[in-house]
Amino acid sequence: MTLTHVIVVALAMFAIGVFGVLARRHVVGVLLSIELMFNAVNLAIVAIASSRGALEGGVLVLFGIAITVAEIAVGLALVLVAHRVRKTGALDDLDTLKG
Amino acid sequence: MAAALLTLFGPASALVLIGLIPALRRSGRPAALVSIAGIGAAAGAAAAQAIPFLTGVAAARSYDFVWAPLARVAGIHFGLLIDGLSASMALLVALVALLVQIYSWAYMSDETPASLGRYYAYHSLFAFAMLGLVLAHNLLQTYVFWELVGLGSYLLIGFYWEKPEAGRAAVKAFWTTRLGDVGFALGVLVLWGSAGTFTFSDLFAKSQSGALGGSVLALGLAGVYLGAMGKSAQFPFHIWLPDAMEGPTPVSALIHAATMVAAGVYLMVRIAPLLAHAPGLSMVVYGIGVLTAFVAASMALVERDIKRVLAFSTVSQLGFMMAAIGSGGASAAYFHLLTHAFFKALLFLAAGSLIHAVATNDMFRMGRLARPMPVTAACFAIGGLALAGVVPTAGFFSKDEVLAAVLAGGHPVGFAILLLTAALTAFYIGRAFFVAMMGDREADGHPHEAPAAMTVPMAVLAVLALAGGALAVLIPRLVPVPEEAGHPPLLVPVLGTAAALTGLFVAWLGYQRRAFDPAAVRARFSAAVAVLERRYYVDDVFEAVYRHAYRGTSAAVGWLDRYVVDGAVNAATWWTWLVAGRLRGLQNGRVQDALYAVAAGLALLVWLAAR
Repeated sequence: MTLTHVIVVALAMFAIGVFGVLARRHVVGVLLSIELMFNAVNLAIVAIASSRGALEGGVLVLFGIAITVAEIAVGLALVLVAHRVRKTGALDDLDTLKG
Repeated sequence: MAAALLTLFGPASALVLIGLIPALRRSGRPAALVSIAGIGAAAGAAAAQAIPFLTGVAAARSYDFVWAPLARVAGIHFGLLIDGLSASMALLVALVALLVQIYSWAYMSDETPASLGRYYAYHSLFAFAMLGLVLAHNLLQTYVFWELVGLGSYLLIGFYWEKPEAGRAAVKAFWTTRLGDVGFALGVLVLWGSAGTFTFSDLFAKSQSGALGGSVLALGLAGVYLGAMGKSAQFPFHIWLPDAMEGPTPVSALIHAATMVAAGVYLMVRIAPLLAHAPGLSMVVYGIGVLTAFVAASMALVERDIKRVLAFSTVSQLGFMMAAIGSGGASAAYFHLLTHAFFKALLFLAAGSLIHAVATNDMFRMGRLARPMPVTAACFAIGGLALAGVVPTAGFFSKDEVLAAVLAGGHPVGFAILLLTAALTAFYIGRAFFVAMMGDREADGHPHEAPAAMTVPMAVLAVLALAGGALAVLIPRLVPVPEEAGHPPLLVPVLGTAAALTGLFVAWLGYQRRAFDPAAVRARFSAAVAVLERRYYVDDVFEAVYRHAYRGTSAAVGWLDRYVVDGAVNAATWWTWLVAGRLRGLQNGRVQDALYAVAAGLALLVWLAAR
């Protein structure tokens, strides 16, 4: 398993994430897709760093994961509130910004 | 300097005190005392300042400071010019204003305290403005105070604002004089544009050296003269003055006899050295002066309102003064201005005393008032004799000078017309006297003599109207205009006196002796009388011009504003609205649509970068 394979997997994950963000109808799905994109990047960083024998990449990714956890906690809380107020989680119905 | 400043700041501080302390203004009589004290201080200072000039020991001096320094031209100066002309005029203004304010104390005693305070506040404003105008040493400052005088007269004429006629008269006076003032403003700017200065002495020097002259000087002076026409009620701007009689009678005495209407003549006397370089304009000034004198005197013949008779006579006498100025006799005009101020203020105050007693302006509802009101009647008689120009009153000497100046200026036709006007003047003032004071009809009610606060100012003015002829020897010390020396031909005083006596005699025959019936004469010439009573249709012409030309223009401009200017703005708004309505469809509020746009934009950028 070479570095190239890993990068290809990471790119595939990222593309799936982009598609999810654009196409998923439910807000939780969009959040999951964002996480997917995030982890694709993490994967690429770790792979490249280890192939060069550098430890810092792993450290960076660990910090990133910690921040992601916090972000998801906030994001899910917002989703919960939105669901409670608007009685829906479908993004097409959350259109208060309409001009 | 101190005296001149005190002259100005007496009334100014009275105005500020009365104006800014509402409790003082509403208290009435204390406010009146403050105002009288202010003008009294001004009169004292003006006397102290004028006496050296009257005795001929003082030289003209001026004080100025730069008010607005300008880069390329001499800055705008403010300052005081104190010479024989301004010092004596300031004394006259302050003196008459003082007498009128004392007279008003009794005349306005029926007013509520609040409106009495308002009345005296206006008086202080007016006195301040007029004194500032007199003492100004440049045209711009003159213009500023000129407009303040206009404001003061507007407020005073409209003092009985509850009466619709008074409000209308105030607006009419303001608008008519404003019409001339537009010319004044433009004229001042033309002179400044050519000479680069507003100051009188500089203007005189430049016109003397030839740096300022020709058509530019004539144009600038014509503008200034237009302003003087408005203020001094020259034909056809005389229409405001008879209507201004809606104001309280002391106001008429102050501003329509001695001060405001004299401002135009004063200004023309002041700029007489410039006028000497514009012979064409001098002819116009002379011609309009003669026309004004005659037209106004003829209108006074048929007037029933005693104050309006006096108003027309004021217009007529102002025409005399302007005719003298146009003929090169500025000193004669100034002499007549001084004596006229005395006897016309006296006549107005006496008329006010009559009106106060019988509560009507219509002199045909008065009669035999000489018996209950001997002092008033004597004062009115003295004023009337002076107005008619009978020896030895002040009016005789000054009218004599005016007639001589017109004759010396080479205008025999004008001389003849003015002589005829003098006869008419004597007739109409005699008519007013015999109808109101003598005759066989008793006045309505129970008239009684006016209180001392009214009779004392009248007595002072009566003395001045009798003895004012003595000023003739002082005039050469006051007016800095070179005069061709030499006594007028004996013919002038003889003819003048003959005209005056003829007029008075005819009035006596018609209204006292009943040798002929004036009503029959009136019926005989009913067509001419109708023209006179409609005041030569000048008012109607003004009204028609206003109604049709002015309102037509206003309507056209209004249409243009409403449909073209506003239309363009509205069209722009409408288009913005329409386009915005289309564009807002893009903002559908869906996050993912916006993200699609971001993705598409990114793809476009990548494609562009890779190309």
